[in-house]
Amino acid sequence: MATIYIDGQPYEAKEGNNLLHACLSLGFNIPYFCWHPAMGSVGACRQCAVKQFSDENDKVGRIVMSCLTPVEDGLRISIDDPEVREFRASVIEWMMVNHPHDCPVCDEGGECHLQDMTVMTGHNHREFRFDKRTHRNQYLGPFINHEMNRCIACYRCVRFYREYSWGRDFDVFGSHDNVYFGRYEDGVLDSEFSGNLVEICPTGVFTDRTLKEHYTRKWDLRTAPSVCVHCGLGCNTIPGERYGELRRIRNRYHEEVNRYWLCDRGRYGYEFVNSERRVRRPMLRRAVDEAAEPLSKQDALAYIEPLLRDRKRVIGIGSPRASLEANLALRTLVGRERFYWGLSENESRLIPLSLAIMRTGSARLPSLHDVELSDAVLVLGEDLNNTAPLLALGLRQSVRQIPIQKAEELLHIYGWQDAAVQEAIALEEGPLIVATPTGSKLDAVATSVFHGAPDDLARLGFAIAHILRPQSPDVEDLDEEVRAQAQEIAELLERGHRPLVVTGTSCGSEALIKAATNIAWALCREEGTAELCITVPECNSLGLAFIEGGTLAEAFQAVEEGEADTVIVLENDLYRRTAPTAVDAFLEGARHVIAIEHVASATTAKAEVILPAATFAESTGTLVNNEARVQRFYQVMTAEGDVQASWRWLRDLIVAAGRDEEAPWQIVDDVAQAVAEEIPELKSILDIAPPASFRMAGQKIPRESHRATGRTAIHANVDVQEPKPPDDPDSPLSFTMEGYGEQPPAPLIPRYWSPGWNSVQALNKFQSEVGGPLRGGDPGHRLIEPIACGLWYWTEIPPAFHVREGEWLVVPIHHIFGSEELSYLTPGIAQLSPDPYVALSPADAEAVRDGADKNPKADGNPKADKNPKADQHPEAGEELDVIVDVDGESFRLPVRVVPAVPQGVAGLPLGLPHGPEVDLPAWGKIRRI
Amino acid sequence: MALGGGGDRLVNANAGSPDPGLRPLTQHIEPGKAPLELQAYERTGGYAGLRRALREMTPEEVTQLVKDSGLRGRGGAGFPTGLKWSFVPMGEEAQRPKYLIANADEMEPGTFKDRLLLEGNPHQLIEGMAISAYAIQAEVAYVFVRWAYKRAAHVLREAIATAYRAGYLGEDILGSGYNLEMDLHVSAGRYICGEETGLLNALEGERPVPRSKPPYPQISGLWSRDTIVNNVETLCNVPHIVRHGAAWFGSLSHTSDTGTKLYGISGRVKRPGLWELPMGTTIREILEERAGGMEEGRTLRGLLPGGASTDFMLPNHLDVKMDYHSLNTAGSRLGTGAIIVLDDQTCPVGMVHNLERFFARESCGWCTPCREGLSWTARILQALEEGEGQPGDVERLERHARLLGPGRTFCALAPGAVEPLQSALKYFRTDFEQHIHDKRCPWR
Repeated sequence: MATIYIDGQPYEAKEGNNLLHACLSLGFNIPYFCWHPAMGSVGACRQCAVKQFSDENDKVGRIVMSCLTPVEDGLRISIDDPEVREFRASVIEWMMVNHPHDCPVCDEGGECHLQDMTVMTGHNHREFRFDKRTHRNQYLGPFINHEMNRCIACYRCVRFYREYSWGRDFDVFGSHDNVYFGRYEDGVLDSEFSGNLVEICPTGVFTDRTLKEHYTRKWDLRTAPSVCVHCGLGCNTIPGERYGELRRIRNRYHEEVNRYWLCDRGRYGYEFVNSERRVRRPMLRRAVDEAAEPLSKQDALAYIEPLLRDRKRVIGIGSPRASLEANLALRTLVGRERFYWGLSENESRLIPLSLAIMRTGSARLPSLHDVELSDAVLVLGEDLNNTAPLLALGLRQSVRQIPIQKAEELLHIYGWQDAAVQEAIALEEGPLIVATPTGSKLDAVATSVFHGAPDDLARLGFAIAHILRPQSPDVEDLDEEVRAQAQEIAELLERGHRPLVVTGTSCGSEALIKAATNIAWALCREEGTAELCITVPECNSLGLAFIEGGTLAEAFQAVEEGEADTVIVLENDLYRRTAPTAVDAFLEGARHVIAIEHVASATTAKAEVILPAATFAESTGTLVNNEARVQRFYQVMTAEGDVQASWRWLRDLIVAAGRDEEAPWQIVDDVAQAVAEEIPELKSILDIAPPASFRMAGQKIPRESHRATGRTAIHANVDVQEPKPPDDPDSPLSFTMEGYGEQPPAPLIPRYWSPGWNSVQALNKFQSEVGGPLRGGDPGHRLIEPIACGLWYWTEIPPAFHVREGEWLVVPIHHIFGSEELSYLTPGIAQLSPDPYVALSPADAEAVRDGADKNPKADGNPKADKNPKADQHPEAGEELDVIVDVDGESFRLPVRVVPAVPQGVAGLPLGLPHGPEVDLPAWGKIRRI
Repeated sequence: MALGGGGDRLVNANAGSPDPGLRPLTQHIEPGKAPLELQAYERTGGYAGLRRALREMTPEEVTQLVKDSGLRGRGGAGFPTGLKWSFVPMGEEAQRPKYLIANADEMEPGTFKDRLLLEGNPHQLIEGMAISAYAIQAEVAYVFVRWAYKRAAHVLREAIATAYRAGYLGEDILGSGYNLEMDLHVSAGRYICGEETGLLNALEGERPVPRSKPPYPQISGLWSRDTIVNNVETLCNVPHIVRHGAAWFGSLSHTSDTGTKLYGISGRVKRPGLWELPMGTTIREILEERAGGMEEGRTLRGLLPGGASTDFMLPNHLDVKMDYHSLNTAGSRLGTGAIIVLDDQTCPVGMVHNLERFFARESCGWCTPCREGLSWTARILQALEEGEGQPGDVERLERHARLLGPGRTFCALAPGAVEPLQSALKYFRTDFEQHIHDKRCPWR
């Protein structure tokens, strides 16, 4: 620590940090724009000027930018010096030269960093009397609104988009006082991280277009801490609601997880909560082909009660997108032996396998932040931009770690000196090796790229592990070229100080996960010195695996064999899990199907009773992300009518069945207690958040800001008397603006606001150090830490992939927009999701076009892509429709020619509405129509 | 000898010049004539310096010699050349390749000295670059030439090709084992490309925004490699220093700043032009003896001594010596050594407006004070010129001149741009006030 003097007073600050970072961390208010804690300093805006003095006798000093000044012991500065205050006010004045006076009609108004900084500097009189420059705005797609006239040219957007997240279709154009930030022409932004522009932009140039559809000021939003439900990473979010409608999602900072970022699926997928497909009342279908009719909660429970009398004949299908509490409540209702996971066949194998690996291995499970800091990375199988987007963003940062270290060592440039680092490391990156079956956007960031059938990639992986540790089994009959590649990759990984292997369940390949595991374990010199990241598809996939359950096939069998006749399906559309014929047989075979669900689905269409479940936004619960981190999400909005959290429905059913003592649950904490008792491994569920009885100064923490308006007017059309505010028994959060006004403990932070800081940048005030943990520690708890290493290795190495005559190995493809069920209900996401297709290599597409229903000959070795920076996006070729026969199903699909796809392999996107839903990989046939 | 100010009019003003031996850079240049061919250049002793450096000197000795010579950068900032070179990592640890770049992006208003050197004696530059590249052990050299210098680019391209054929460039130069590749890049045509690091970005094909320093180009320049960027005139001095030594170079000067300097003059003088004179020649000598004084009927009101981004000097400064030290002491800078003269029949506000409009347009747009402040400044000046000045405008201009000073902006463009403004406000304040009071430009 260094002692620095700020306006004459001594303070302790970390040496080597920049002065702006240090001053903000100390609680000082210095205005800034271009600096961002995650993106560092570039010195463009000149807003954070302070005065530096050479020693205590220097009374003159000189103006320096605090963001560019390293903290050194004995440094003397003034924030309050009149000259530097005048300069800072002038910088705002210059920015305001062209900034319109349109705050009242600007979406950013009320949470605008530019407004805050303007007030902070004291600039309030405009002397500029000439015309302002104006720009044309662009259409940037369904998520982002563009209003260039408001731009103050801080360059944050272009730095985030191009450098931080490696988007290519956005840039800065023009020069002098006519710089333009946008695309080279109108069009949908290509980056799946584009939504971060909304939070990165310090003013109203980039705003949330979905919010615009139902606009509300920040101060009128009811907000609460939440967790994203659209993939397995568990990013922390802050949803905002007004008038019973979810309006937007914003980032909620977690030092170890998503930090400052969200992907566009996570940010914009929320609209399913407002969807017309919401189930809002209990429904009863009296006959199979009849429409379901609404009925009251009491009638619904009374109707179901007799069905539960013979407990042994009731089975429950859990869900990887329902909370731990909901799943445990279901298991309590049906009994341990009659609880089934509700996962696809592949996931039923791969997710427990992943959990077993995590529990037993020596490799550390990295947080997203750890991923950013990794310095040698191998991705085995996952197309991360589509399956776990923020991991891809993290890996984009990882390739800069070694160059940044070098810049520090050789050039004495600190990592936060972003402009300097950019110059110093222009030519250097990596290593990041990306091996996928059908290509990934991450290929463009990777230092080397491989494409091959999953088994071949697994063999490459096993070969790498064997090179690292002879105890890991060797791959027989390995091609020499592949062996040489394995050797090279092994060396790169071994050189890393923080090596990381990323794999996941999305390829449906056990061998890939095992190969990746062997590599990570082989890299561990001691436990935890290497990291292994396994992605899982859904927000509670891993949490579900902690609860023992049967497979869907076993559930099907139970009905088929007549052991059960009543099925309770919890927040799960079984038609997304396996082939429709099997689901049909199951649901039709069961005499009674009860679905607890929040959006209507193919499964609810077959259900006899549908109980309206609360979404994540209307309930409080707990999820476990792919890092085995238990995290609590809080109810944001009140549930309408009979809608209630699934666990409450299940409790009501248990009570209706006369088994009250099994579910003495009044609030979610009670269910969490049951989770901790039933599954001791999850007992930290009790520690991740304060109990519902928690109060600060005797008060709850308000979900509404102290500036919330319209309170007495909202319901005036119904009743001029102000209704009693809704109660929230589940949490220490209130639904009104009343309550404790200061900062709550980290798990309960409903929004970022601090006096003078109305924008998201108020976050600085909630961290114990800028960019560091939230005060009092970040929320959530990691369940698994590495154990002793070198115990054993996986040994089942698959044979090499051979192209089969007349058949293709059909592998799954995932799309960030479209492959996930709930987010698809956001119109913008539906707009960007592709129609179903089958992806073939150019040669195979050619062969199919020519009518040969077989492949041209090719060896199956993974192909190093020599030109990975080339566009890897599927190209629309000439139209070619084919019939794909796979897994007993037959689909008519157009062909997409994708150069990354290996010969003999076909890619089939999963999860798309109206698209195929089969267990992949599987061998299939393709023929031209 | 002079390069005329009016169009392509080239005047041979050799008469009255010092002895040619004392004009090493220009003595063989004949304005208006074809450039010095290789053989002619060799006959004047050309490439002897390179031969000597490669055969008789180590790279470190060359750097030391240039250090000893006291040569300082002629592009405007005046940084000691040998010292700059000495920052380049040498030996085995140095990353490869290293680069040497000749900054021929001469876009400073009023400055045209490098053009004469480029068009008149291209081999002098090539030899200077080869020796300098040898001193830092660079493998690759680029000439970054101003977009508008079509003729210079043509001449250089030919000369580089000739030098390759003659074995002065390429592999194993003069049997020394030293290799140097040289190429020419024509700028896309913005003033900021002449800024040392903006130039590097431009050369890389990036936006020509100046770079953060540190890292300095010497240790992380073009494509992150060790790079030296020197001005054309600076580099042209190097062969002569190698041939004649540091002491000789010092003897050329009138002052402690060594060598000769190309001084130019433009404005309402009798003979606008360009002369190579001993460093430290007085403004008076250049104005009165070389340029023949003011045009008939016009009186000197002030002058910018070193190009558009230097402070005004007044008639009482005529005896100031045109060198780094003397002009600094007098409150201005040597800059490029290109004098722009303001006479009594030209509006000082209009002159400053012309300059500020240029600088505002040429701002790269990276940092706020320069991007918005210069533009605002230019618009106030325009308003003054158009009779739309308002009370407070002079103060506004003053405030800008102060707030755009050194340390406040990302690079030196804006601080340079406000030098003529702040000194004009100091010396010609009544003219500004009169514009506002009269609601018109008195010269219109």
